[in-house]
Amino acid sequence: MLRIRNLDVAYGPVTVLRRISLHVNPGEVVAIVGANGAGKTTLLKAVSGLVRPRAGEIALQGREVSRESAERIVALGCSHVPEGRQVFASMSVHENLLMGAHVQLRRGRKDQVKADLERVYRLFPVLEKRQRQFAGTLSGGEQQMLAMGRALMARPALLMLDEPSMGLAPLVMKDIFATVSRISAEGSTVLLVEQNARGALKIAHRGYVLETGRIVLSGTAEELLANRDVQRAYLGREAAAEPERGRP
Amino acid sequence: MPSARLRHVAVFLAVAAAAQLLAVGAGKGFLLTQLTMAAYYALVAVGLSLLMGFAGQISLGHAAFFAVGGYASAALTTWNLASHRGSGLVAALARAGLLQARTDLYGGSLLTVHPWAAAVAAVALALLLAWLVGIPVLKLSGHYLAMATLGVGTIIGSVAIGTEALGAADGISGVPRLPLAFGAAVTGDSDQRVLNYWVAVAILALAMVLLLNLVRSRVGRALRAIHGAEDAARAMGVDTARLKLRTFVLSAGLAAVAGVFLTHFNGGIGPSEASTMKSVKVVAMVAVGGMGSLWGTLAVSVVLNFLSLRGYFGTFDDAVFGGILILVMLFSPDGVLAPDLRRSAGAAWARLRAARARRRAGAGEAGEGGTGAGEAGAGEARDGAAGAGGEERP
Repeated sequence: MLRIRNLDVAYGPVTVLRRISLHVNPGEVVAIVGANGAGKTTLLKAVSGLVRPRAGEIALQGREVSRESAERIVALGCSHVPEGRQVFASMSVHENLLMGAHVQLRRGRKDQVKADLERVYRLFPVLEKRQRQFAGTLSGGEQQMLAMGRALMARPALLMLDEPSMGLAPLVMKDIFATVSRISAEGSTVLLVEQNARGALKIAHRGYVLETGRIVLSGTAEELLANRDVQRAYLGREAAAEPERGRP
Repeated sequence: MPSARLRHVAVFLAVAAAAQLLAVGAGKGFLLTQLTMAAYYALVAVGLSLLMGFAGQISLGHAAFFAVGGYASAALTTWNLASHRGSGLVAALARAGLLQARTDLYGGSLLTVHPWAAAVAAVALALLLAWLVGIPVLKLSGHYLAMATLGVGTIIGSVAIGTEALGAADGISGVPRLPLAFGAAVTGDSDQRVLNYWVAVAILALAMVLLLNLVRSRVGRALRAIHGAEDAARAMGVDTARLKLRTFVLSAGLAAVAGVFLTHFNGGIGPSEASTMKSVKVVAMVAVGGMGSLWGTLAVSVVLNFLSLRGYFGTFDDAVFGGILILVMLFSPDGVLAPDLRRSAGAAWARLRAARARRRAGAGEAGEGGTGAGEAGAGEARDGAAGAGGEERP
């Protein structure tokens, strides 16, 4: 689905990502965990074309996209739910979702968009209740759901989520992670970036640990959850505090 | 809903008809002249409203595009080509039927570009200019975009006032009528005053239909998304650069059309039309009418332009517009007629009621606010966090 090879990204003289290589297989949920400033957001932005990589290859469904524009990459089937959700605050929930379908509507697929809208409302019933409300008046969790629903409206082959749990209450966080699992069960491939390593690895098949711009560790989610270094660095006290909850 | 949009246009036409009847009925038909001019200036304002209110891009040089349209058609329809009859280009233009021969005031023979050919060329020139300027300039935003467009406006303004061929400080006069069908024409002649009033109203109504349909479409939604969160809009697959550029060009095109028609109506154009102050005035009108409220902008710009043209502000004309800009930015940055304000008025009313409920509750048992107050408070907090200005829609 996605294969990244030797990716370097720099903001001016500051190198943010160094020789990143990773892949996501169709149907997988892959988590990238790491601390603040490790380069997680930059990695997703590079894939979605919002920042230009300095070197390396990004192949989306076998097609090289590292020089393509952001608009083109969405059309090629990769949707990005940006950090901090970035819903269109002064537009209604309904309009936000239609914005997500921009690419589909441009292709004139009105009927399909209608069906997708029903699917998103089925996935997030709260959004249907609030469809006339301005997106800016939603709670944080609802905004995250809207951002995810909006991205799904583009019918992505690959859905990329940037810190979906950021700033949410623990219960809402759980809800969001459960929804990601459900989206994956419906056949989407998901690349997830998280500071909340435990929550992310629990729903992921595989994971990568990103540290100051390099991948320092990779493996199945179980391996990473069991890894001592990961436990010490990212799971911390949380490991004891939270009860186990396996992946369905 | 298209029917609602059509109803609004119908109301606009009805108001225009009522204004005509009032003016003519009161024996003050001359007022229609200023109303006609105000309508053309309003065309500039609604075009800028699309750019500022929907795409969120400011232009402090919009009068420049009006002036390019006006000056180009004035120059082309007044440059006498009679002495160049022999040249190949002039002969070719004549064969293509793009030239017009007529006699000037003193009976001398004139050969100029036909007004319609000139009009098309003038609008095309403005579109081309907007496109060329827009590509680099629209990479900027906020203050930087304002500065850059101010620079463009200043350049055009000084070219207008400094070019001998464009009449320098005198501008260009003697611009012929722009012929329409059945002997009618865009002209300042008083016997065609009512007709010209309706030509202006019709052009404005057409532009409104175009713009209203545009903002309700997928493209309009994308424009509002750019306004809200540009990166997120790009992540949705919106080609923001191209969309901003097209909006800029369209809005410049409307200004140029206004320039062409008003120049024929006035029979000339002067360098003050290209001045920065003109651009600032248009921005002020859009600000008062409400960013993103096309009808608000239309109403405000017709009224303010009319008052300004009638000279109600006297020598303080520029000061009035400056003052309006300050007051609007201070008290109602979303505009006076904007839906946002109506909504915030509703919110203020709700707060007032909540405060009263709180007072009443406070008199009874302290510490617990009414449910209304609690809801309003929570709504505000969320608004603030998300940077949104809206309340729930009813």
